Amino acid sequence: MYSFLARRLLATIPVLLVVAVLVFLLLRLTPGDPAAILAGDAASTEQIARIRASLGLDRPILVQFGIWFGNLLSGDLGESFYYKQRVTDLIGQRLEPTVSLAAFTILIAVLVSVPLGVAAAWRFGGWFDRMLMGFSVLGFSVPVFVLAYILIWFVSLKLGLLPVQGYQRLADGFWPYFRHLILPSVTLSVIYIALIARVTRASVLEALGEDYIRTARAKGLPELRVVVRHALANAAVPIVTVIGIGVALLIGGVVVTESVYAIPGLGRLTVDAVLARDFPTIQGVILFFSFVYVLVNLLVDLSYVFLDPRIRY
Amino acid sequence: MDTPGLKQYEALSVESAAALRQEGAWRRVQRSWSVRIGGTALVVLVAVALAAPWLGTVDPALFDAGSRDLLPGERGEITTLEGATLHHKFLMGSDSFGRDIYSRVVYGTRVSLIVGVCAALVALAFGIVFGLCAGYLRWLDGILMRVMDGLMAIPAILIAIALVGLWRASLVTVIVAIAVPEIPRVTRLVRSLVLTIREEPYVEAAIALGTPTWKIMLGHILPNTVAPLVVQGTFICASAILVEAILSFLGVGLPPDIPTWGNIMAEGRIQFVSYPHNVFFPGVFLAVTVLAVNILGDGLRDTLDPRMARRV
Amino acid sequence: MNVMEARGLTIALPAGGDRKEAVSKVSFSVKRGEILCLVGESGSGKSVIAQGIMGLLPRTLPITAGATLLEGEDTVQASPERLRALRATRMSMIFQEPMTALNPVMTCGEQMDEVLRAHTALAPPERRRKTLATVQEVLLPDPERMIASYPHQLSGGQRQRIMIAMALVLEPALLIADEPTTALDVTTQAQILNLIRELQARHGMGVLFITHDFGVVAEIAHRVAVLRLGELVEVGDRDEVLKRPQHEYTRMLIGAVPTLQPHGRKADPGAPLVLETKNLDKIYVDRGWFAKHRPVHAAKSVSLSIRRGQTLGIVGESGSGKSTVARCIVRLIEPSGGEIRVHGEEIAARSHRALRPLRRRVQIVFQDPYRSLNPRRTVGDAIMEGPLNYGVPRAEARERARRLLELVRMDPAVLERYPHQFSGGQRQRICIARALAVEPELLVADEPVSALDVSVQAQVLALLEEIRTRLDLAMLFITHDLRVAAQVCDHVAVMSSGEVVEYGPAEEVFLNPKHAYTQALFAAAPGRGFVFGTA
Repeated sequence: MYSFLARRLLATIPVLLVVAVLVFLLLRLTPGDPAAILAGDAASTEQIARIRASLGLDRPILVQFGIWFGNLLSGDLGESFYYKQRVTDLIGQRLEPTVSLAAFTILIAVLVSVPLGVAAAWRFGGWFDRMLMGFSVLGFSVPVFVLAYILIWFVSLKLGLLPVQGYQRLADGFWPYFRHLILPSVTLSVIYIALIARVTRASVLEALGEDYIRTARAKGLPELRVVVRHALANAAVPIVTVIGIGVALLIGGVVVTESVYAIPGLGRLTVDAVLARDFPTIQGVILFFSFVYVLVNLLVDLSYVFLDPRIRY
Repeated sequence: MDTPGLKQYEALSVESAAALRQEGAWRRVQRSWSVRIGGTALVVLVAVALAAPWLGTVDPALFDAGSRDLLPGERGEITTLEGATLHHKFLMGSDSFGRDIYSRVVYGTRVSLIVGVCAALVALAFGIVFGLCAGYLRWLDGILMRVMDGLMAIPAILIAIALVGLWRASLVTVIVAIAVPEIPRVTRLVRSLVLTIREEPYVEAAIALGTPTWKIMLGHILPNTVAPLVVQGTFICASAILVEAILSFLGVGLPPDIPTWGNIMAEGRIQFVSYPHNVFFPGVFLAVTVLAVNILGDGLRDTLDPRMARRV
Repeated sequence: MNVMEARGLTIALPAGGDRKEAVSKVSFSVKRGEILCLVGESGSGKSVIAQGIMGLLPRTLPITAGATLLEGEDTVQASPERLRALRATRMSMIFQEPMTALNPVMTCGEQMDEVLRAHTALAPPERRRKTLATVQEVLLPDPERMIASYPHQLSGGQRQRIMIAMALVLEPALLIADEPTTALDVTTQAQILNLIRELQARHGMGVLFITHDFGVVAEIAHRVAVLRLGELVEVGDRDEVLKRPQHEYTRMLIGAVPTLQPHGRKADPGAPLVLETKNLDKIYVDRGWFAKHRPVHAAKSVSLSIRRGQTLGIVGESGSGKSTVARCIVRLIEPSGGEIRVHGEEIAARSHRALRPLRRRVQIVFQDPYRSLNPRRTVGDAIMEGPLNYGVPRAEARERARRLLELVRMDPAVLERYPHQFSGGQRQRICIARALAVEPELLVADEPVSALDVSVQAQVLALLEEIRTRLDLAMLFITHDLRVAAQVCDHVAVMSSGEVVEYGPAEEVFLNPKHAYTQALFAAAPGRGFVFGTA
């Protein structure tokens, strides 16, 4: 078990390194001179040159990477061109809305999708199974923002139950905070539910086809126990895996959802930064999201130790 | 022990009595409902895209200040490039510039399909090459897969947004930006296929028969990767169409003069509360297209997946 | 006195199968204290009957007629709750693959405990006591450790004992055993068969034992029922059925069972030497940052020789290294040391490029006929691939393929067909034709008939024999089945843990084994002393 843990932990390091290199290259490959953009249209060549020097853009590329990476390790993500703040501060400000949205979404998604998937697998081929499969394909196909508008149309405009958009900080009171998050979380969770329900159904179905299920039934065990303690327990690893991988989908969805619902989170920050060609912020946000994604998947892998005794021993 | 003639054995043997009803894969595919529904829908969409000029549309760039914000079904006027005035029924209404939504949506079909198919092809092409290399060249495998892991760690949308936003926004850029994040998954798939197929006895038999490596790759390995890759390709296509719409919607996609469903929705979102038709019509088309591709992909996967195939 | 009785049992197959019914009007009975062996080839419906009695059939296989009486009660008519109550208490079942029949994420103790929890009202300490007692009864050492272990920590034999313990903990009247020893090694198989026999003698239950192996039938059956394509063709006492079979099909099956007596053909000691290995080694080292770094000797100092027109058999259990040796000789894996000479030319150390012209001399036929042919290529392409590699013109290669198909007793018209249209035995013949297409001098057969039914096995073995005499081939025959080895081999090498422990002419090794391992191996062969007769 310890070799598994150690191997897994060490494996994250090269991945993070590659991410850092890729992000660095991403922005160095783009046309346009960051210094010129920063200086503005009316700047003179000397001003641009000065800005270039101050940003270190006139040094060889490996040196630039070295400096940048060094800063990265000490937690310095640079200063935003556009917002004139430290990137880390910017991220800190926008963290709460995004984390809240993500947390609610994951909660709703897992609580809804796993039982649905199990039920569909149990009654394989029945009407419930077919309906679930139908809804799940629909969930994959309707884009997040279209779904958002549909929900806003019905729930906010026609029924007037929830606010159309916006965000309230938790510090300002739980109920308004919650009300503003319901619609966005539900919207975002649909695609996540579609994904997890499918994988749950497929893994539980595969587990139900295994020999030990036949043995369990031959022992005369009640069906519920067979499905939960035998099938679902063995299907846990793929399900947890897909929850981890789905975080990538979640991050993409967060960007769009925040845009539609006007939530001032990291997703909005990304889009605004790209439109403003604010390189440090773009880099910072992408690095942050990637780091979170790698961390989540590491936790998922570590959880295997609890879920599968074959890894423990 | 005397050996009775082989014929006699055959007559009695249970095995000979078992008629092998193993259908060819192609026939199974044709019988699948999902494939039929998804396939038909796509054929219709392709037809719409090709026949766009003849479906009662006008040039999607045309507008008329007097025909702004018309509701679906209303009649109005449109000024052509030459200055003439057309009477036109705005089937899906008009936007805040006075452009015909119906025409823009129909022409938008072309963009979505092109982006979807091209992005899938690009991702597949690179993924196959990388996957074959990783599967066959042990020394390259480690490095290549680390790079792919790193690429997969960055959420796809962010890569796409960054690439398009920082480069020039054009059709090629969008296609590449959408394809790049999909390459690692295809690489993984091809690599694992190569590794499993290499273990199969028929590949070992080919090695024993003196078949050179390149012939093994082309004749034994690649043909057996076609089915999963086709399935994967359809899903990439669906995803690509969605991502393109998202990029356009966020304002970091194709330039606004090209009519794409995402662009139409992006422009219409400001007026959503009062004029929702700007968002709904392209949204429905988008959902239906992606749905059709996904259903087709599901159907292909259910029929072509080797694990589903029953052996006697 | 009948623990179980089947009356006119009929189970339907879904549409599109090879016949309408999986099982047609089958009637037989199992008495108390008796072992009835249900024998049949694959597809005969024996497993379906077993699952039908237990009520475990899927909805796609409905019981359309007949009854299965368990101590007088019809399980076909029983409700799901009644069936659940009967399972493990009055009737139990054990299955073929102990590896997969146990839940990998629950301890063995938990899996036994849930049987008691579901059917009795015993308190936890009593349940534990009963569990431990049953585990002891199946002769597992250190019961406390066993029940705290997970299935993957136990060996195949230990897992099967746990399965038996689980099945017998509530002392049912009927035990159904569905090929419980097929996946086990010969020696483990003998132990499990003994265990079942002892437990049955002690508890007096009726046992319905399903198998395709006539050696096993000879070893433990009291009565025998023969099944063909869902129909019962013969039922009777063991000696009656096995020594004086009445039905044509039974006679054919019994005739197809190889004896353990070596064939006694004389091998010519002067024939030219085709293959010679000296001190062949294959070592695996787990190379990884956190691995144990302990080398595993898959093959150790293996020295063998084969002459033209003769067959050398390598016999051993799983993990003995026999497949490793075969693969080294065909150069599918790289030997770590030693020499391999084919007609005097050394091939163990050659590079792949230098090896290509020599590859045609040694060809191989594999065990699994379903994975040995590329599903996307025609039979013709498969057979012609070899000759085409060596520059034979296409037309000539085609002619050769046609002739070879005739040689393996198949219609040459099948050149255009695809593998999925053929049965296992036919596919194996195609593989033999493919191997012969490059005119090899040595044919390596790696368990070529292990995956085939007994009757098909006899066909393929007869074919190999015919080919060997006609083409004067040398053959290396790998198998774990002693009967097959006796029928086919002139010389035998017995392997265990990577080493050759005994090596000599078949007659000597079979009739006068010297090494302790060989002796144990032969002692464990089921139905050893039994003489199968054909009237």
